Amino acid sequence: MPIHRNAGADTLALHAGQTPDATHRSRATPIHFTTSYVFESSDHAAALFNQERAGHVYSRISNPTNAVLEERIAALDGGVGAIACASGQAALMLAITTLMGSGGHIVASRSLYGGSHNLLGYTLPRFGIHTSFVPAGDHQAWRDAIRPDTRLLFGESIGNPGLEVLDIPAISAIAHEARVPLMVDATLVTPMLQCPLDLGADVVMHSATKYLGGHGVAIGGLLVDGGSFDWEASGGNFPTLTEPYDGFHGMDFAEESPIAAFLLRARREGLRDFGACLSPMNAFQILQGMETLGLRMERHVANARQLVAHLVKHPLVESVSWPELDSHPDHALAARLLPRGCGGVFSFSLKGGRKAGTAFIEGLRLFSHLANVGDAKSLAIHPASTTHFRMSPEALLAAGITEGTIRLSTGLETVADLIEDLDRGLHAAQKANA
Amino acid sequence: MTFSPTPYCYTGGRNTESGRPTILFIHGAGHDHSVWTLQSRHFASHGWNVLAPDLPGHGRSPGPQLESIEALADWVLDFVASVGIEQVALAGHSMGSLVALEAAARAPARVTHLLLIGTVAPMPVAPPLLDATLSNRDRAHAMINQWSYAPRAQLGASSIPGINLTALNERLMQRQAAGVLHKDMAACNAYVGGFEAAARVACPSLLLSAALDRMTPPKAITPLAAAFTSTATVRKLVIPGAGHAMMSEAPGAVLDALWNFVGAFPSFGQEPQ
Repeated sequence: MPIHRNAGADTLALHAGQTPDATHRSRATPIHFTTSYVFESSDHAAALFNQERAGHVYSRISNPTNAVLEERIAALDGGVGAIACASGQAALMLAITTLMGSGGHIVASRSLYGGSHNLLGYTLPRFGIHTSFVPAGDHQAWRDAIRPDTRLLFGESIGNPGLEVLDIPAISAIAHEARVPLMVDATLVTPMLQCPLDLGADVVMHSATKYLGGHGVAIGGLLVDGGSFDWEASGGNFPTLTEPYDGFHGMDFAEESPIAAFLLRARREGLRDFGACLSPMNAFQILQGMETLGLRMERHVANARQLVAHLVKHPLVESVSWPELDSHPDHALAARLLPRGCGGVFSFSLKGGRKAGTAFIEGLRLFSHLANVGDAKSLAIHPASTTHFRMSPEALLAAGITEGTIRLSTGLETVADLIEDLDRGLHAAQKANA
Repeated sequence: MTFSPTPYCYTGGRNTESGRPTILFIHGAGHDHSVWTLQSRHFASHGWNVLAPDLPGHGRSPGPQLESIEALADWVLDFVASVGIEQVALAGHSMGSLVALEAAARAPARVTHLLLIGTVAPMPVAPPLLDATLSNRDRAHAMINQWSYAPRAQLGASSIPGINLTALNERLMQRQAAGVLHKDMAACNAYVGGFEAAARVACPSLLLSAALDRMTPPKAITPLAAAFTSTATVRKLVIPGAGHAMMSEAPGAVLDALWNFVGAFPSFGQEPQ
C-alpha cells in the first residue's frame, strides 16, 4: 500500500527533511562538517548511547546534513526512513549484510549494473553469501530460484545493459509468497519517474551519484526502507532483526521498532561497524542536485526521446534499445510502470561492429566518453572496447551487447546540439565502415 | 489474576525488579508499544520498572480487542495486578490518556502519578474520520497524520535522524488488524466519564499538550484540568513546535516533562531526582 505523500514531488525535493535552524535561520541546508557532537552531560551521553534520546553522537552513524538527505529521499520514495551511504555499492552491501550472514542466498536479476554483479557474483561468495541470477522478465525463473535459505530478491527498475523493465508488482508478489523482501535499485529512474515502494518493493537503493546529484561531483548511495515487510512473520528467517543482538544491549530490533527494524539494525550495526558513511559535503552536494530533480528528469526524458527518434531512422543504426519504443520487449510494461518516461539512458547498435563503434565515440565532441550515467552532461561509452572489452563476441551477445553497441546517457544540453554531435559521430563511423 | 492469552509487554530493554517504582505507558488508537520506546528506555535505565503493553488486539498482543475506555481501564489495572505490582504511575497518549484517567479514578490508591499526553475530555472524533476508519482506512490514516503532526514533520523533517515520521505512523496503523482503529476511535468518541473520573483522581497529575496539536488542542483541556478537584497537584504544560504525535516529534521534551514531573513528586521511598 503506497504511503500518502504530504506534498507534491517537486515540493518534497526542495523542502523535505529541512527546516531553517532555530539559531541562525539558514534557508539552505547547512553543511555540518563535524565528526562528533558535544554531550550536554554524562547522563545525556549515556542516554544517546542507550537510545533513550534521539540525536547525533558521531558522524559515521548519523549527521544532521546527511539526515536531511535521508529524510528527503524517504519522503520522495514513500519510505519510513533512509540511510545515506558512501556510494551506491555501499548501500547495496549495507542492505545485504543487514538481512543475512554466511549461508544466505539472493535471487537477482541478470540485468544488473556491473558493480552490483561483481559484488553478488564474485565477492560475496567469499563470505558465504551466494546469488542465483535469473532473466529479469522470466517470472517462473525467479520463482524456481528461491530456496529455503533465500533472504532477498533484487533487481533494477530499468536493467543494464538491455534496459529491461522489472515487473515490480509481479516480482514482489513472488517474493512475498516466499516471505522474502524485494529490493529494487531505482538509480536510473529516481522518484520522479517511479517509486518502487509504491509498486510493492520493500527496500529501494539509489546510487545518488547519478541523477539525484546530477552534477557528477559527488559519490553517494541511499537505502530507503518501505517499512511494509513484516520481519517477524517470516518464520525466523531474519534473526538479525528479530532476535536480541549482543552488540547493542541485547536489542531485538523488531521489538524496538516493528516498522523500522531494518533501518535500526543497518544504522546501529552496519554504519557503526562497516563504516561506509557519506561525507556531509557529499550529502550537501546531492541535496543541491535533488532540488531540481523534477525539472531535470523531465528534460532528460524529453531530450532522450528526440535523440532516439533521430537515431531510429538513421541508415547506419541497426537498432535502438529503449523501453519507450514499440520494438522493445518491455514496451507495454514500461507504459504501465513508467508512465512519466524511461529516463535518459538508452543504447543503440551501429552497423560495422567494433570498428564503427570506436570511430563513433572518437567522432563525438559534446558527449563525454566516460563510464558513468545520469549526469547533467551527455555521456557516451562503447562497451565492447571499454567496460566489456575482455568478452568474446559470443559472450557479448549473451549479455545483450553487440560489438557496435553504444550506450548514451542523455544530458540537458540543447537537443539540436546533441543531435548535431551524434551526426558527427555517425559520420565518423560511416567513414570507418567505408 | 493471570492473563490468558498473555499480552505482549515492552519493558524498555530491562527486566522489572522488585522494589523499584513502576510506570505503565498506554498507547493510543491504532498504535502499539513502539510509540514509547525512547521514553521507556530512559525510565528503565534510571531506576524504574517500565511496562508498555500492546493493548489487546494491538501489535503483538492477542485479542479480543476491548471496545470501551472503561473496559480498557479495568484491563490495565488487572494487568498491573497480574505482574505483582501494587502501585504504578500511569502515562497515556490520546486514547491511552483516557484509559489512564479512568484507571486512576477507579483505583486511586494504586496510582502514584497520572501523566496525560495529548489529552482532552470528552474526546469526540470528527464524524468524517470515524466513518473513514470503517470505510476507508487509508483515508483515515491520512487524516490522522494531517491532524497529528506539525508542519515540520509533514514535510519530512524529523527529530529522529533519517526517519520519516508520518510514513512510520502510517505503516504502524496499517500493521494493525482491520477494524482495530475504528473500535479504538469509537471508544474515544463514546467516553463521557472524563470529568467524573478526573474528580476522583487523587495523585499528582500532569496534562501535557503540544502547541501545534490539532487533534487535542492545548486550549481544549481547560475544562478537564478544572475537573481535577480531589488532588492538590494538577499541572498543564505545553510543548512548543510539536503536534499530537509529540512523543516522536519532540521525544526529548516529552521525556523531560514526564521525568521532571515524577521527580518532583516522588513516592515509595524514592529519592527526589
